[in-house]
Amino acid sequence: MNIKFNNVYVQEVSTVAGPFVIEGPLKDKFDKKFIDFYDGEKTFEMCEMKELQEAIQILLDKTKMQQEDIDFAISADLMNQSTISNFAYSKLEIPYLGVYNACASMCESILLASSIIENKSAKNAICSTSSHNMTAERQFRNPVEYGAPKPKTTTFTVTGATGIMLTSNKTDIKVTSATVGKVIDMGVMNVFDMGSVMTPSAGYTLNEHLKQTNTNVSDYDLILTGDLGIYGKQIFKEYCYKEYGIKLEDNYDDSATRIYDFNSEDIYAGGSGPSCLPLVVYSDIIPRMRNKELKKVLLIATGALMSPTTCNQKLSIPSVSHAICLEVI
Amino acid sequence: MEKKEYQKLTEKYSPKENKLKNAIIAFLIGGLVGIIGQALVDLYMNVGQISQSEATSLMMVTLIFLSCLFTALGFFDNWVSKAGAGLFIPISGFAHATTSSALEYKREGLVMGIGSNIFKLSGSVILYGVIAAYVFGIIRFVFFGG
Repeated sequence: MNIKFNNVYVQEVSTVAGPFVIEGPLKDKFDKKFIDFYDGEKTFEMCEMKELQEAIQILLDKTKMQQEDIDFAISADLMNQSTISNFAYSKLEIPYLGVYNACASMCESILLASSIIENKSAKNAICSTSSHNMTAERQFRNPVEYGAPKPKTTTFTVTGATGIMLTSNKTDIKVTSATVGKVIDMGVMNVFDMGSVMTPSAGYTLNEHLKQTNTNVSDYDLILTGDLGIYGKQIFKEYCYKEYGIKLEDNYDDSATRIYDFNSEDIYAGGSGPSCLPLVVYSDIIPRMRNKELKKVLLIATGALMSPTTCNQKLSIPSVSHAICLEVI
Repeated sequence: MEKKEYQKLTEKYSPKENKLKNAIIAFLIGGLVGIIGQALVDLYMNVGQISQSEATSLMMVTLIFLSCLFTALGFFDNWVSKAGAGLFIPISGFAHATTSSALEYKREGLVMGIGSNIFKLSGSVILYGVIAAYVFGIIRFVFFGG
């Protein structure tokens, strides 16, 4: 399903980045940096809540708005019961919706918020995401101090939180359309290879978006997928060509390959997590759109809907991807 | 695209793990752990004037202690991920798995946290170790007279 928007604009964005990300190629572009996985808090979870609260506060400071001025917020993270978002928003006076589509949550939340703003039910909304390498490792894999060897296709969850303020008041950057993806399960069971899990749903969403908006790959200055990783990116290119006849050229990239410094760190196939795509977009892509360097950008957030329980029960991993198109006006 | 066709596509781009290299590293590191163990046994026998079986027990306690300490100090996971089976198959791996689980659940309390979860990773080793000991013990008793 494709939705077109006429009255939704990007007012401001905020980024908070943690260890490893702050040594990557985007290190000078974040609003705030956390140098360790605790940042003075007692647990990793509390650290992630603090990150998310900081990202929201920075967004409010940048827009010079008070909490009461915000109509509502949609937030996502990786923890069971959306714990991080729930706790972070328990300290705020903003009406709140929690969503979960794993790493596709960024586009999911922007899509939902844009629909409500387009409907004139709200004037503005915050969409926030957070992820933390250690809390994700603990929930989905092994204890954080346990050092089992991992295959090269493993992605390394980014530590960071992001926020975006959407508004019905006209700004330079417009949210023009969004495509809701389908849950696709191609039978991949390898929990260390999320790129292969998510590629088919990303391909479906890309094809659907191009078809329904009557556009071609060349109409976009940049097509950015979420967190397929360095190997997933190659699979995605070939999959799109074989399955849909879509040829991806230089204007395609994957945000997982842009977030870390591959030369100096042992981070396997790249970044992942709900904050991976927004950290790249809000710190790098949005400023470049403001400079008119990029005019039309398609974001495809890719989510592996993995559960350790079903993986142990030998069920394969489904995935979903949603797309958002941003344009400079 | 069919699932099988897709599987072929993903395999085409998946990096190959260097099994020979991993095996050699595991062999060398595992061997090194063995040498350290033997050196400790010799040391305890000569210095403490104790029997070999007592010295072996002491050596195991030492290796377990060091693995736990290094895990708690936060660098042993990097060693294990590089050394692979060379470190996680010997007793150091069992100690590492147990300590890392204990550290993980420390904040959730002594009973519901550490107590309930300390054997999360190493519980299988204990369970199937005990079962295997019974099975082989019975076989030995029945067929070889104990």
